[in-house]
Amino acid sequence: MPLIQLLIPLFALFAISRTVRQFRKGALTIAWLIVWILFWVLVSAIALSPNTTNIFAQFVGVGRGVDFVIYVSLIGLFYLVFRLFVKIEDVEREITRLVRKLAIEEKEEERK
Amino acid sequence: MKIIAVIPAYNEETTIADVLQRTRPFVDMMVVVNDGSLDRTAEIARTQGATVVSHVINRGLGAAIGTGFVMAQRLQADVAITLDADGQHDPSKIPSFIAAIEQGADVVIGSRMLVRTGMPWYRQIANVLGNIFTFCLFGAWVTDSQSGFRAFTAFALRKIEIKTNRMEVSSELIAEAKRHKLNLTEVSIPAIYTEYSLSKGQSFSVGIKTLIKLIVRRMMQ
Repeated sequence: MPLIQLLIPLFALFAISRTVRQFRKGALTIAWLIVWILFWVLVSAIALSPNTTNIFAQFVGVGRGVDFVIYVSLIGLFYLVFRLFVKIEDVEREITRLVRKLAIEEKEEERK
Repeated sequence: MKIIAVIPAYNEETTIADVLQRTRPFVDMMVVVNDGSLDRTAEIARTQGATVVSHVINRGLGAAIGTGFVMAQRLQADVAITLDADGQHDPSKIPSFIAAIEQGADVVIGSRMLVRTGMPWYRQIANVLGNIFTFCLFGAWVTDSQSGFRAFTAFALRKIEIKTNRMEVSSELIAEAKRHKLNLTEVSIPAIYTEYSLSKGQSFSVGIKTLIKLIVRRMMQ
């Protein structure tokens, strides 16, 4: 067994332990905990048995299983970055609304 | 007609007093939105008789204009005029904005591009690019999409909703005017550039950031 097949599941275990810790701290909802555990289990499964991805690769018409995994990962990452970008913009807007409300209320108090 | 000047200001203690003194004769009230300045901007504006609304932290041009608009509405403005606190706009041009509104405009943009003025060439190129992107993203053509000298009627203020926080706001205001089918016109204003105002304006990297944010805003619509 190549070393990488051992390292990836080990890292997955580490990542799961961290996720569980965040969940216990209340920083993560149960839904996200499950999503992340499933994700890391899937990553470990692929690492341990890379040939399974060939089935999917052939199904969608990509040559090799590894390529398939990389394509899917990249698309997933780009989407995640976009989601984060939008989320940050939302947070920025919320902060502005808050700062504005404070500013206006302070002014109204002064005028009374 | 109650005319209120809305002046967003971030660390403008060296210029704000002069801007307010020159603006006062042309308006009924001056609202300075102190956008989390760390200097004496708010204090100086107050001594000049402006109504000062202060953001506790810096939120950017768009956020400051948004707050100014809310304040102008609360103060029952018939017309709100935005102008920069760095002295690059000549307040004596305000009557030409009012004239345009009296002729039926809801939104008036002060354009530095209608006549050849003192704008440096690299600024002109950046400006034309800004206009093109504003047109491509929002379908509204103006000759100076990044101008900070603008006038809005009370009707326009009620309709316009500002979502962006920073420099994108200039294009956004035009997009909003277009979306609500407001009557938008341009009046010619001189471009006054000093070393000070150039140092505070949009740099190339800020321009790129502004563009990216505008594209994201368009995608989120």
